[in-house]
This record gives sequence, structure tokens and C-alpha cells, in this order.
Amino acid sequence: MTGSPIYREHHPKWLRPRMSTWWWLEKWAFVKFILRELSSVFVAWFVVYLLLLFRAVRDGDGAYQNFLAFSANPIVLTVNVVTLFFVVFHALTWFALAPRAMVVHIGKKKVPPFLIGVGNYGGWIMVSAGIFWFLLR
Amino acid sequence: MADRITMQVSRYRPEIESDAQFEEFEVPCPKDWVVLDGLNYVKDQVDGTLSYRWSCRMGVCGSCGMMVNGEPKLTCATFLSDYAPGPVKVEPLRNFPVVRDLVVEIGDFMRKLVSVKPWIIRKEEKPISQGEYLQTPDELDEYKQYSMCINCMLCYSACPVYGLDPGFIGPAAIALAQRYNLDSRDEGAAERQEILSQHEGIWGCTFVGECTEVCPKHVDPAGAIQRYKLTAATDYMKSFILPRGRKADEAKPV
Repeated sequence: MTGSPIYREHHPKWLRPRMSTWWWLEKWAFVKFILRELSSVFVAWFVVYLLLLFRAVRDGDGAYQNFLAFSANPIVLTVNVVTLFFVVFHALTWFALAPRAMVVHIGKKKVPPFLIGVGNYGGWIMVSAGIFWFLLR
Repeated sequence: MADRITMQVSRYRPEIESDAQFEEFEVPCPKDWVVLDGLNYVKDQVDGTLSYRWSCRMGVCGSCGMMVNGEPKLTCATFLSDYAPGPVKVEPLRNFPVVRDLVVEIGDFMRKLVSVKPWIIRKEEKPISQGEYLQTPDELDEYKQYSMCINCMLCYSACPVYGLDPGFIGPAAIALAQRYNLDSRDEGAAERQEILSQHEGIWGCTFVGECTEVCPKHVDPAGAIQRYKLTAATDYMKSFILPRGRKADEAKPV
């Protein structure tokens, strides 16, 4: 027997176990979920970094050189490498979700989910190639 | 293979205990015994006070869901021999209040299920003399997967969002709402949208995806929720463009 229970006839006391703060460490699927949530912070940093780059380009050569020096700082470099990992992770999980959220019909036929995925990856590659072409031409 | 296996069964008897504790039972472990057989053995041969729910023994009624070694499972479809040499830990479904031993309180789920109106809604019923509402095989395929839900609540037990926020409508109720939304005979999508589009409806879901992993009927509630998010977002955008009168009609899912 444990504790001192309070028992009311015909109205038993329900047990309400509390969820541990560390529930997300219980299995890899939960850890992956938390990492995906965390990736939003890095996506936000990536946007801020990109805006800083645009501002530096707008403000002329001196500002751009300062931005390059800032980017070469080991701390910024480390943050950006981690950011790259999280942004790619975020994109991959997003593309994995898309075929389940999008159900596309052509006429009366349903487009197979893997084709939705292929379309997303295809779009990603094409946009990336377009940006590369624009920057390196 | 061992001919017996140890089951560690969670016991909670509110008249004598203030917290749950494990009790060990040694049960036979033939190849064809499922976890539920082990519990039935304990109840019949060892301790008749052990309380748990079960009914059909064939994965249809959805009554015997429990945590088996930390995973939500239908105990009638989970073989003891898969856990040999043991022990097998059996606990009540997580995220629900425990009434006694392995019996959980399911009132919250039942109320949420009803709130999404899981039945066919017609704006106007046609007279019986006009015959049945016909449906093509393609139209049936649109919702058939979601109609497989047996209300076993394993998805609620697997969902950390429901564990952290009991106000969340939850995976099965949303999947069942989609089952009717996608039915060509139904005209109630706009009524359900009021419930589903709340913060504690679809937007509460953060797509952990475990509900789909544990579903014994391959319903894919996580997919149903993400699909409805797209519908709701599209509908929200349409509400800016389309004349007011058409908004309700546009709630039909994509």
C-alpha cells in the first residue's frame, strides 16, 4: 500500500500521470521532431543573414568588405555551418511532408504521392540552378 | 523459445493506492498467444481483480489498446513471443487518466469525436422515393483509408501534443472529420471547419507523425491533418477573393 488514498464511493480517483519534461528524449522520432522545430530558429537566422548581405551590397564596397570580414569570423562561420545543416534538414522534412498534405488530381486520376515529391525536389533544383547561373554568369 | 514469460503489469487500485505500481506475473508463452491472452490468463488463474478492456480479440473493436514495452499497441494483435525472453511491460494507454489498473478514462476522446460531427450531413435530405445517394469507386477511394479508424486511441497515446495540451482535438477525430469531408455525399465540411480550424484543431498539430506510426489500421491521421491544413489555408485565402456567399461551399477539401 502506498500513500494515503482518498476514496469516494462510486467516484474513483483517477490517476493522472504527468508527462516528463524530457519526454522528447524517449525515442529518436521525438528527438528528430524537436530538431525540426529547432531548425526554425536557424531558418530565421539565415533570413537575417541574407538581409544583412543585401544591406551590405546596397551600401557599397566598404560595407560589403566589412560583411565579408564579419562572415569570416570563426563564430559566425560555425553558426553558418550549423545553420546550413538545419536549413537542409528543414527543407528535406518539408519535402517529405508535401506528398502527404497535397493530393493533386489530374482529371479524375490522383497523382501518385512520389510524383509530388519529385516535383518539389525538381523545383528546388531548378531554382537553385537559376540562382547559381545568376550569380556565376 | 521459453515456455513462460514474465509480464510486468501496471496496477492502480484507487481504494488502496495513490499511485500506480508494477506487479509481476509469469504466464505461459506459446507461439500463438498475444499479450491479451497473457492478461486473460492472469485474470482467470492468478488475480481476478486485474481490470482491463477487451472485446473482439481480432483487431476490430479497438478496445484493448495498451502500452506494451512503452509502445501503444492493440494487445490482441501483439504476440508475447515477440518480446521473449521478456519481461513484457504492460501499462495503460498514455495521455489518459487511469481509472483502474489498465482501464483509462475515454470521455474526453468521445466528446471530441462527436464535436467534429462524424456523420453525413446534408443541407437537404432527398426523399427516400428518390433512391440512395450513389457513389463511384473513385469517390469511395477518396475517403476509404480514413474510414478504417477503429477509435482505438493508440494515436492519442502516441501524440506528445495531446499529452502536453489535452485541449488538442487529436489525430483520430480529425482523420474521421476528413473521412466525412471527403465523402462525395457529404455537405457538412463548412460546419466541421469551425471546429477543425481552431487553434486546438488542426493548428495544434506539429506533425510529430507518431500517430501514423502506431495506427494499427494504417489510417495515416498525420497525413489527414496536414491535408486539412492545406485545405483550411486555401479556404482562408479564397475568403479574400470570393464573394461572401460562396465561402461556405468552398470549405470542401481539396
